[in-house]
Amino acid sequence: MWDVFAVSTYFTVSLIFWYVGLIPDLATLRDRARKRFPRFAYGILAMGWRGSAIHWHRYEMAYLLLAGLATPLVVSVHTVVSFDFAVALVPGWHSTIFPPYFVAGAIYSGFAMVLTLAIPLRKVYSLEDFITLRHLRNMGEVMLATGLIVAYGYVMETFMAWYSGNLYEQYMMMNRMFGPYAYMYWVLILFNLLVPQALWIRGVRTNVPALFAIAICVNIGMWLERYVIVVVSLSRDFMPSAWGMYSGTIWDYAVLAGSIGLFLALMFLFIRILPMISIFEMRELVHEATVKSE
Amino acid sequence: MNRTPVYGLMAEFTNPEALLAGARRAYAEGFRRMDAFTPFPVEGLAEAIGFHKTGIPLIVLIGGIIGCVGGFYLQYWISVIDYPINVGGRPLNSWPSFIPVTFELTVLIAALFALFGLLALNRLPMPYHPVFNLERFELASRNRFFLCIEATDPKFDDEATRRFLESVKSQGVYQVEH
Repeated sequence: MWDVFAVSTYFTVSLIFWYVGLIPDLATLRDRARKRFPRFAYGILAMGWRGSAIHWHRYEMAYLLLAGLATPLVVSVHTVVSFDFAVALVPGWHSTIFPPYFVAGAIYSGFAMVLTLAIPLRKVYSLEDFITLRHLRNMGEVMLATGLIVAYGYVMETFMAWYSGNLYEQYMMMNRMFGPYAYMYWVLILFNLLVPQALWIRGVRTNVPALFAIAICVNIGMWLERYVIVVVSLSRDFMPSAWGMYSGTIWDYAVLAGSIGLFLALMFLFIRILPMISIFEMRELVHEATVKSE
Repeated sequence: MNRTPVYGLMAEFTNPEALLAGARRAYAEGFRRMDAFTPFPVEGLAEAIGFHKTGIPLIVLIGGIIGCVGGFYLQYWISVIDYPINVGGRPLNSWPSFIPVTFELTVLIAALFALFGLLALNRLPMPYHPVFNLERFELASRNRFFLCIEATDPKFDDEATRRFLESVKSQGVYQVEH
């Protein structure tokens, strides 16, 4: 039940935050549109925004508060998702480290995903002046920091399995590392733990292809992490009679591919009809920069 | 409402600093019913035309409180009043397990209040507004800055106000029809 509230709140608040951020830009698009239908459609969505100083004043306050409300949601939604595992008794799930470790993992893979998407877009649409190398480097640093928290989570899971003295936990860990799914675990360690250590080197953080490659590794690594957590623990439950092997069928992978395809389709539509980068914020920034340089 | 054929006079500026100076002058001159239009938020502009409190924080706080109390009560009502189930002798009002949902609903209702509060205070969506009658006003969402003194202002006088607006370094003064 927690999930329903956490995930739907997260979705709704993200949608509100996104839409509120778009309203002034929709007004710009409406005023620039020359054809009847785009003008009408953007006009409806912009809701008659006219850039009034009083409106802007309220807008900035509301936008600030929404940002403040959305931030703790990131923590809460991933915490609640991890509770789904942590409150179960299955070995490898029943662990108090899950909430912080899932939150860090979410930020880690989130930044990796942003890099995965931003690097090609920046190249194709020549956005190097807007998404600068400094942005990419900072994202690399965040990935390194959150990646280390995730690494700490992996190490602690292993340590606690041994230190707890619990037979089932110990067996789960041995099975995870050396059982039939061991190759997944070691690829996960390689992609999530070892490869990102290259980010310690400044030259790697400012090398765009290298950052892209690391981001892809982290994306795959985080997918493997969920696979390992869900599948390995369930495949060797408390009772040997419930043991079994799982491997995705073609339809499982078709659903995975379909979800990626749906995401990409929606993203390309978004790029086509809405601004990729907030227009009004960029104008504000450019204006401040010119005032400063004068 | 007494509807004059003229909504007001609109002065155009090329940069926010000039607009800000113009707005301050207009306020000092005694004009109160006016508004400024800019493509991006300009700091201090709302204050310059005499608008200080946004009212948004209070609305969001009220939303948050409603969400918090309502969220907790929703669970309390379900598990204590409407459908009490004895789970191994644990108290019916097991409040720690109610906290995640209470928190989520606090944030959800506060965010909804922020959105609808913003729209309601700004009177949006508004399909028609006289300022859009001005052809050049479409630049207000791009690179021009406008100051509009409304005809309903007690100090408004077609001639004098036009002369005043021309004197504040504007690029042009236009009449806005209803």
